[in-house]
Amino acid sequence: MSSPANVESLGEPQVDRPAALPATQPFYWSVRRELWEHRAVYIAPLVVAGVVVVGFVIRLASLPQTELAVASLPTAPQASNLERPYAIAAAAIIFCALIVGVFYCLGALNNERRDRTILFWKSLPVSDLTTVLSKAFIPLITLPVVVFAITVVTQLVMLILGSAVLLVNGLDPATIWTHWPMLRMSVGLLYCLAILTLWYAPIYGWLLLVSGWARRMPILWATLPLLGLCLVERIGFNTSHIVALLVYRLQGFVSEGFGTEVHGKVIDHLAFLTPGRFFGSPGLWLGLVAAVAFLGAAVWLRRYREPG
Amino acid sequence: MACIEARGLRKSFGATVALDGLDLKVEEGRILGLIGPNGAGKSTLLNAVLGLIPYQGDLTVLGLDPWAARDQLMREVCFVADVAVLPRWMRVGQVLDYVGGVHPRFDRAKADSFLARTQIKKTSRIGELSKGMVTQLHLAIVMAIDAKLLVLDEPTIGLDLLYRKQFYDTLLNDYFDRRRTIIVTTHQVEEIQQILTDVMFIHHGRIVLDSSMEEFEARYVEVTPRPERLAEARALGPIHERKVLGRSILLFDRVDRERLAALGEVRTPSIADLFVAVMGEGPAQGARA
Repeated sequence: MSSPANVESLGEPQVDRPAALPATQPFYWSVRRELWEHRAVYIAPLVVAGVVVVGFVIRLASLPQTELAVASLPTAPQASNLERPYAIAAAAIIFCALIVGVFYCLGALNNERRDRTILFWKSLPVSDLTTVLSKAFIPLITLPVVVFAITVVTQLVMLILGSAVLLVNGLDPATIWTHWPMLRMSVGLLYCLAILTLWYAPIYGWLLLVSGWARRMPILWATLPLLGLCLVERIGFNTSHIVALLVYRLQGFVSEGFGTEVHGKVIDHLAFLTPGRFFGSPGLWLGLVAAVAFLGAAVWLRRYREPG
Repeated sequence: MACIEARGLRKSFGATVALDGLDLKVEEGRILGLIGPNGAGKSTLLNAVLGLIPYQGDLTVLGLDPWAARDQLMREVCFVADVAVLPRWMRVGQVLDYVGGVHPRFDRAKADSFLARTQIKKTSRIGELSKGMVTQLHLAIVMAIDAKLLVLDEPTIGLDLLYRKQFYDTLLNDYFDRRRTIIVTTHQVEEIQQILTDVMFIHHGRIVLDSSMEEFEARYVEVTPRPERLAEARALGPIHERKVLGRSILLFDRVDRERLAALGEVRTPSIADLFVAVMGEGPAQGARA
C-alpha cells in the first residue's frame, strides 16, 4: 500500500486507487473488541461454575451414602432430589451472567466517553449503529451462549464425578446415565435462556441508552428516576401501576413462560414449558419494541452528541 | 479538486456561536496550520469536517458530505484528537488487529515495521506504556493508514518537547507525500511553522487570515528600526508594534522589503508574532486576506 514517492501534480484527480477496497468485518471485530475489554463476560460464569464443582465435590466426599442410595433407586422423587445440585448450578451461572450483563451495559457506552477513547473509536470507519449493535450483542447473544455452554459442561463434569464415586464404591453407574435427563435439562435450559433474554431485552436496551446518555454514575440514572416515578405515583395518585409494570418486567417471563411456579429449580419437566403463551404475550412484544427504541435512541445519541 | 470546501458554515451551541458563516477552501496536498485562540471554533470546525457534529451551510470533504457520508469518509480520513486517547486496557497487538480488521486502508506490515524501530512490545498493555511510547504507537497506526486527509487536533498536548518534535518530524518525513492533506491545530505554533505550506487564523468562528507560507513570507515583514528612523517607519502604517528590550518592533503588511531594510533590521515574522498582531489588536485590522 506504500504510496509512490514521486510527486503528482496538485489537484489531479487520483485515479490510481483501486475502486474495490479489501472487505472488512467491522461488526465481527467490534464484538471481539468488547470481549477483549470485558473478559468478565466469560470469566465470571467460569468462576461460578468452578465454585459449583468444588461444592459438588465436597458434597460427594461428605455424603457418598446419599448418592449411593439414590443411585440405586432411580424413581421420580429421588431423581428430583438428585437433580437439585444440577439445577442450582444452572441457576447460579445464569444469575451471575445477569449481573455481568447489567454492569456490562451500564459501562458499555459510558466508559468510552469518560476515558475519551471515543475519539479514537470514531476515527475509524465503524458506524455508530455497528458499535451500538456490537455492544447489545454481548448481553443478547454472547452471554446466553456462554451460559449455555458453561452450564452444560459443568453438569457433565458433575455427572462424571458422581459416576466416578459410584465406580470407586463398586457400584454400576449405568443406572444414573440411563435415567439421567441430560437432554431434557439442556432443552429446558435453552428455553429458559431464550425467554429470559428476550424478556430482559428492553432492560439491556435501557441500560445501554442510559450508559450512553449519563455523564457519570449511569447506575443511578438507570434506577433512581424509575424509583422516583413510582414514589410520585404512589404518593400523588395512591396507585402503583408503575411498580406493577416494573415487577412484571422483572418476573413476567416466569408466569408467561412456565405452566406452574418453579421455585429456584430450573425446570425439570418440559411439560411445564409454555412457549405458545410466552410468544403470544403482548408483554414480550411490547418489550421488544421498547428494546429496539432504546437501542435506536442510543445510536442517535452516540451520533449526535459532540464527542469528548 | 479541493480537499475541503466550506461555504457559510454555521454551528451554534445554544446561544454560543461557534462557527459564524465560515468560508474555507483547502487544496489537496497542503499542510495547513489552523491557528486560533481558545474558543475560536477550531475544534468545532474540525469536528464538522470529520462528520462528528451536524452543522448548517455547505461543507464538502473529499467530495463527500461529512455528516451524511461519515462512515464512507472515515475510510479516507484519519484523525488524531490527542495522542493519549488510545484505550489503556488494550494490548498493542489487539489495537493493531482491531484497526486492521475494521480499516480497509490499514497496512499492518507498515505499522509492524514502524513499531520494530521502537521499544514497544506487542504484548504490552497501552496503560503500561510511557506517554512517549503511546505517541509512537498512535503514529504507527496513523502512518499505516493510507488516508487522503489527516486531521490533527492538538495531537501533542501534554507531551514534552522531544516527543512533539519527533511526532511532527516523523509525519513530515515518512508520511507526507504531497498528495495527502494534513490539517494541524496546536498552541505550539512556533514548532510547526517550518512544516506548514499554509496557515489560517480562525477567530470568533470565522477565518480571518488565509495564506500560503510563500505568500506569508512575501507579505509580512518585521522591522526593528534604528531609533532615529522610528517615526519614519511608523509613518508607513505598521499593523502592529511591540517593544522588546526597549526597542520597537514594527510589523508590516505588503510594504516593500527594500524600503524597510533601509530603516533597520528586517526579518520574516513568526506565525506567533503575526497571530498576536492580528488577534491582539482585533481581527478587523487589515489582516483579512
